[in-house]
Amino acid sequence: MTQSKRSFQIGSGLFILLGFAALAYLATQTTSLANYRQGDTYVVKARFSNIGQLKLRAPIKIAGVRIGSVQSIALDDKALDAVVELAIDTRFAALPDDSAAAIFTSGLLGDQYVGIQPGGSPDVLKNGDEIVLTQSSMQLEDLIGKFLVGGDSKTPAKTDGAEASPQP
Amino acid sequence: MSLPRRPSVVAESLAQLGSAGLFLFGILAAIPRSLRHFQETVRQVWFVGAMSLVIVMTCGLFVGMVLSLQLYYTLSIFGGTAALGTVVALSLFRELGPVVTALLFAGRAGTSVTAEIGLMRATDQLSAMEMMAVDPMAYVVAPRFIAGILAMPLLVCVFNALGILGAHLVGVSWLGLDNGTFWGNMTASVDVWKDVVNGVVKSTVFGAVIALIATFQGYTTPPTSEGVAYATTRTVVSSSIVVLALDFVMTAFLM
Repeated sequence: MTQSKRSFQIGSGLFILLGFAALAYLATQTTSLANYRQGDTYVVKARFSNIGQLKLRAPIKIAGVRIGSVQSIALDDKALDAVVELAIDTRFAALPDDSAAAIFTSGLLGDQYVGIQPGGSPDVLKNGDEIVLTQSSMQLEDLIGKFLVGGDSKTPAKTDGAEASPQP
Repeated sequence: MSLPRRPSVVAESLAQLGSAGLFLFGILAAIPRSLRHFQETVRQVWFVGAMSLVIVMTCGLFVGMVLSLQLYYTLSIFGGTAALGTVVALSLFRELGPVVTALLFAGRAGTSVTAEIGLMRATDQLSAMEMMAVDPMAYVVAPRFIAGILAMPLLVCVFNALGILGAHLVGVSWLGLDNGTFWGNMTASVDVWKDVVNGVVKSTVFGAVIALIATFQGYTTPPTSEGVAYATTRTVVSSSIVVLALDFVMTAFLM
């Protein structure tokens, strides 16, 4: 009797352990939980005239490598543009202060992310600084509109204040 | 002597619902007392949980595999096979995992609980316990109810994990989808709280509902072999209907 009682206990224990192991596997391997686990970050701001479908916690990438995530998105009620706070890992603290930020879409239908094109300035971005050179999210409707109205490839696509159009 | 009037179907169902509700309160009241029989709860976790593992794991694997196969075919029409991992994971975690596991659980564990308690009723073991001042609600019913609530979420996690592995097996190893695309798109779109935990919450509720129906049907069965047979059937039928209906309601509220 004691023997069988013991084996029930061990069996139930193994079952519960297996269940929680499966939960841990799901949480860490199939979700972006690992990306939430951030070390120390510093926050820089960027203004965009249109953020498209950018969402909170969207990745920030340099050369395609993730360096942080979008911390907050708010509307500046004076300038009427979107202020996006970018939380960047302190390991990447040497970003030149003339770096440019742009909103890209991963793939044709993928999620949007903030791509940063590093500049050449010797000064670096610090906590609370603002990235001046920004490029808004590309709107499909605007592109179609330009095709229909202009079709003139010599007219440059109008971007907001970004003379250098950054590439991710 | 006039025959007693047959109760209408509506009145009968209402009476069932009412007594099931009262039975639930009975179980909840008996839970503190049942903790003295904690060994019994552990034994029931083994019976309803660990013994259901084989069927749950097998079905999880095959559901994941067939989901991957079907979605690959459908997505390839739109050139969107890169989204395979995401779609499989979301449909498994949010819907298929909890619902299919609940149906399996009702068939595998619910029926055995009903038949066991029903036979205890039919062979007067429950009355004998009452005579010996052992409360059958605390010693028989409550441990099985707790075990159902504990086991279902764990079984669903195992089902989901096996489903993802099955989908990976078919999508990546067989159909040749890129490994990085499969996992990368999945991790980018699946949220821990909104998707994984949402499914776990759902499955906990399903576990409670199935355990309640199974113990109730067993406890209130007519003490005949035919009565036990009907009670076992009713457990599967009512559990399946309630789980699917409740699934719609919970999805509508939890979305």
